[in-house]
Amino acid sequence: MSSQHALDKDTVLNIAKLARLELSETDIEKYQQDLSAILELAKKMQDCDTSDVAVMTHPMDAVLRLREDIVTETDHRENFQKIAPSTEKNLYLVPKVID
Amino acid sequence: MSQWETVIGLEVHAQLQTKSKLFSGSSIAFGAKPNTQASEVDLALPGTLPVMNMEAARMGIKLGLALGAKLNLHNVFDRKNYFYPDLPKGYQTSQLDLPIVGEGSLSISINGEEKVIGVTRAHLEEDAGKSLHEDFQGMTGIDLNRAGTPLLEIVSEPDMRSAQEAVAYLKKLHSLVRYIGICDGNMQEGSFRCDANVSIRPKGQIELGTRTELKNINSFRFVERAIEYEVERQIDILEDGGSITQETRLYDPDEHETRPMRSKEDAHDYRYFPCPDLPPMHLDQALVEEIRATLPELPEAKKARFITEFKLNEDDASVLTQDRETADYFETVINNSQGETKIIANWVIGELFAHLNKDNLSINESPIDAARFADLMNRIADNTLSGKTAKQVFAELWSSDKAVDDIIDKKGLKQITDTGAIETIVDEVIANCPEQVQQFKDGNDKVIGFLVGQVMQKSKGKANPKMANELLKTKLN
Repeated sequence: MSSQHALDKDTVLNIAKLARLELSETDIEKYQQDLSAILELAKKMQDCDTSDVAVMTHPMDAVLRLREDIVTETDHRENFQKIAPSTEKNLYLVPKVID
Repeated sequence: MSQWETVIGLEVHAQLQTKSKLFSGSSIAFGAKPNTQASEVDLALPGTLPVMNMEAARMGIKLGLALGAKLNLHNVFDRKNYFYPDLPKGYQTSQLDLPIVGEGSLSISINGEEKVIGVTRAHLEEDAGKSLHEDFQGMTGIDLNRAGTPLLEIVSEPDMRSAQEAVAYLKKLHSLVRYIGICDGNMQEGSFRCDANVSIRPKGQIELGTRTELKNINSFRFVERAIEYEVERQIDILEDGGSITQETRLYDPDEHETRPMRSKEDAHDYRYFPCPDLPPMHLDQALVEEIRATLPELPEAKKARFITEFKLNEDDASVLTQDRETADYFETVINNSQGETKIIANWVIGELFAHLNKDNLSINESPIDAARFADLMNRIADNTLSGKTAKQVFAELWSSDKAVDDIIDKKGLKQITDTGAIETIVDEVIANCPEQVQQFKDGNDKVIGFLVGQVMQKSKGKANPKMANELLKTKLN
């Protein structure tokens, strides 16, 4: 693999941060290589002339199915909250976040 | 006065008036108990898949048609990735490159001049849930009822040059989404939310200055004040030789200031990509034509028609067509009354609006419906009531469900249009006011107003003032 596309450590750490992943030192090195290999492949694809190819937004030749605007769901809060780690006053509780 | 030019673009989130969510069959009714309208799909439980709401797509097309915009019949959903607990999937399903509505425009009127504001795009997306930061043993509470509620985000071009223009655009758009019935426009409940991108540049410069984004401003007044504050803040910084930081700021209406919300390090990298769970949407022209046929008369067209058909002036026509309910009310009155359209317009805009404002009611909640209002207008038109007595009847109508004619009979308010009766009163007034009569005879025409006033007083407001005026003149000349 050519080193000119190798991702630097900070970029890998930033990607990990955005994905909320904690990486060990060895992980970082591994991801530097793996992600760089992916970028290498992307570069190869970018070298192809695709000027007359329509953008593909979905791998399957499928069209979005639409449903009627009808309320079909009923309240299952009790069941859902049984499997939640923590609830209070009908709310799901999560570690404190302030934006 | 200033050598700075303000540049504003607005992003409006309009909550769509569907019954169910964008990708699930959960209700979106406002005010339900927490988490009772949050299904497996809305909670993003593993194994669930979204199924798109047809009505939301139709509403998108409807807005596109109303904005005269390019419609993307082939459009695509993307994932906008970020972590926040009120977004259970870890991404918001939105539209990036192929939104349902492309370029369109909306024209606003500023000091009587038309200005066209470009609309860049409008895309479908889902709303997030709500975080409650009160203290739950140091935890945050999450209500996911709102998660998955369908929104249209309507993005304008940076075409506005003042806070006033921004407000005019916002009001116009607010009126439009309500006219076409896709959004209830309730700003307090967050059904119609606005973010403003604000920057300044030296006049004549083409390049845009660094912008700040003002978040979630929930009233027309705050939009104006927030932008004005922000412009002042930016001018101060630049004139002191500083530079603007691109950031999101929150307007605090109590302190009347904007404050930074997210720091630059946290600037989001959303890593958009097409949502693999949702194949592209393909709509056809037949559907567009079907929707076009259901479009109501739009505010601009209605205003123009009110001006030509009812001979209203521009201002009155604007006010009366601001929302569909008011326009419908006015037209129902016109259609059921012989009164002059200008007089009816004055009564709706004056007396009716004043009472609605005082009691904080919408026109649909008016205690006087269009039918009774039309009756009242008829009694003014046929001279049964004078302006003054009509106001008494109006007050009585407001607080009771009595019929107009019953009130007139019961209160004895019928205007005196019998020449003989008025003549008697006129004679009395002439006899009682020799001084004013002499002044009139000496050429002081203005004193006639005083004499008419005396006649009105003696008749307890019931004499027809026009007849009183004519009789006085005949007798004194």
